[in-house]
Amino acid sequence: MLQSIAFFLLAAVATVSGLLVVTARNPVHSVLWLILAFFSSAGLFVLLGAEFLAMLLVVVYVGAVAVLFLFVVMMLDVDFVKLREGYARYLPFGAIISGVLLAEMIMVSVAVVQGGATNGRTPVEPSLDVTNVQAIGRVLYTDYIYFFQAAGIVLLIAMIGAITLTLRHKPHIKRQNITDQVNRDRNKSVEVKSAQSGQGVSAEELL
Amino acid sequence: MDPVSFWATPVGWTLITVGQILLITVGVLVGVAFLLLADRKVWASVQMRKGPNVVGPFGLLQSFADMIKFVLKEVVIPAGADKAVFIIAPIITVILAFMAWAVIPFAPGWVVSDLNVGILYIFAVSSLGVYGIIMGGWASNSKYPFLGSLRSAAQMVSYEVSLGLIIINVILLAGTMNLSKIVEAQSGYFWNWFAFGGGAGTWPLVVILFPMSIIFFISALAETNRPPFDLPEAESELVAGYQVEYSSTPYLLFMMGEYVNIVFMSAMITLLFFGGWNPGFLSQSFLEGLPAWIAYTIYLLTFVTKTVFWFLCISLVKAFVPRYRYDQLMRLGWKVFLPTSLVAVVIVSAWRVFVVGA
Repeated sequence: MLQSIAFFLLAAVATVSGLLVVTARNPVHSVLWLILAFFSSAGLFVLLGAEFLAMLLVVVYVGAVAVLFLFVVMMLDVDFVKLREGYARYLPFGAIISGVLLAEMIMVSVAVVQGGATNGRTPVEPSLDVTNVQAIGRVLYTDYIYFFQAAGIVLLIAMIGAITLTLRHKPHIKRQNITDQVNRDRNKSVEVKSAQSGQGVSAEELL
Repeated sequence: MDPVSFWATPVGWTLITVGQILLITVGVLVGVAFLLLADRKVWASVQMRKGPNVVGPFGLLQSFADMIKFVLKEVVIPAGADKAVFIIAPIITVILAFMAWAVIPFAPGWVVSDLNVGILYIFAVSSLGVYGIIMGGWASNSKYPFLGSLRSAAQMVSYEVSLGLIIINVILLAGTMNLSKIVEAQSGYFWNWFAFGGGAGTWPLVVILFPMSIIFFISALAETNRPPFDLPEAESELVAGYQVEYSSTPYLLFMMGEYVNIVFMSAMITLLFFGGWNPGFLSQSFLEGLPAWIAYTIYLLTFVTKTVFWFLCISLVKAFVPRYRYDQLMRLGWKVFLPTSLVAVVIVSAWRVFVVGA
């Protein structure tokens, strides 16, 4: 009872905010609606008993990825009127694509129900003595260890790629070297010159 | 109908949970009101001033007077602001600040929601905290708030990484993400606390874990935008950062959210590294032998005392450390804290596997 109320509430919020991502006039509002959609989907995960995945969704997508989205969108100097101009022109195109996607997803789900791995099997209740984290860890680090490692390597390569693409050594920039600054002492920075009275010190001597 | 079955029904359960939530919210609010005063008093005494001393005895009611002043003022919303987002931003900040308290155990079993993924929940909620600031800064439609919110977003996302890695050390040692069980793992004398290595079998790790607890403290300062890392609101450069356009109640909400977060971070340091409700100088069997109400009073007082201690440390830091420059802040987060905590995770997990055994 309570669970179904929560499900319909979360599902409705997720769907409506997903719709508003597309229709919102202001791109920043779109991103904010997207965050709400992520958050409600995390709630759906909790209802399924997958609290670990729910928390990961919030930490990774809402807490990090969406912040960067928001960052980029806020920095853009967008003309909202111009942005709306293409709406009617691209509407049929968008409708075709979403129609094709919908048809494909329905076909795939029907195929999975009829002939896929879950065919004729009832879902297994998660055992209560094993927490989410342990359950995922047991398969992730045993059966799927190679895929897991491969995914890690792909991410590492992507990270190195992003760094090499953006890293530029500019030669004329003065950089701060903290160790040099910390190790600087009186002997390195001050030199005592004895000036003869009546003669002073000439500029050349100071160099 | 006997009372036991009533509290197990959905209605009774809802009532008792709402009651617990109200208790914690009001408790934290009143606590924050006095801690805010303590913060100002500490700051004042470092600068050899008296601090607030007019409202009530020793100025004890100063925070309440301030609150009434803020609430009674007019809410000014700038003409160019995005009104809805402008109003929602401080509300989000405050709600998220209080949400995190749901999994904090004050004493054995005294927790609203004893989640198995408690630490991840805290991590998720605190990573959402940045939205209040970003939305506030953007919706103000003004330069200083926007710069402040951009700085804040980068700062909080960066320091979350090192916070997360440090927390992993504690999770590895305790073998659970449930905060109550993490505190139970540190029960007994103070050498069982994770800051001092976590007791038998892992005591040599004190070499790593004690510095880790200090790095956690520093990262907590950055995560809550406290001096010396208060770049988002650096008053000498950005006037007050994301709060410039805010006035009256919305400003009060921002400030309250910030202080609730600071107290929360002090509670986290206490729970993760300094034994939570365990006094540390009394043996576990002695505590269990005491009458329940005395034992629970000791537990609660211990937790509160430790939290207040860390809060006072944070206010002292505010009083005598100068503000970091922004690039130095980023350097510290990414080039110093991140590698250090990563190495610590490697060593602690190796110790866990090869010395203690899985």
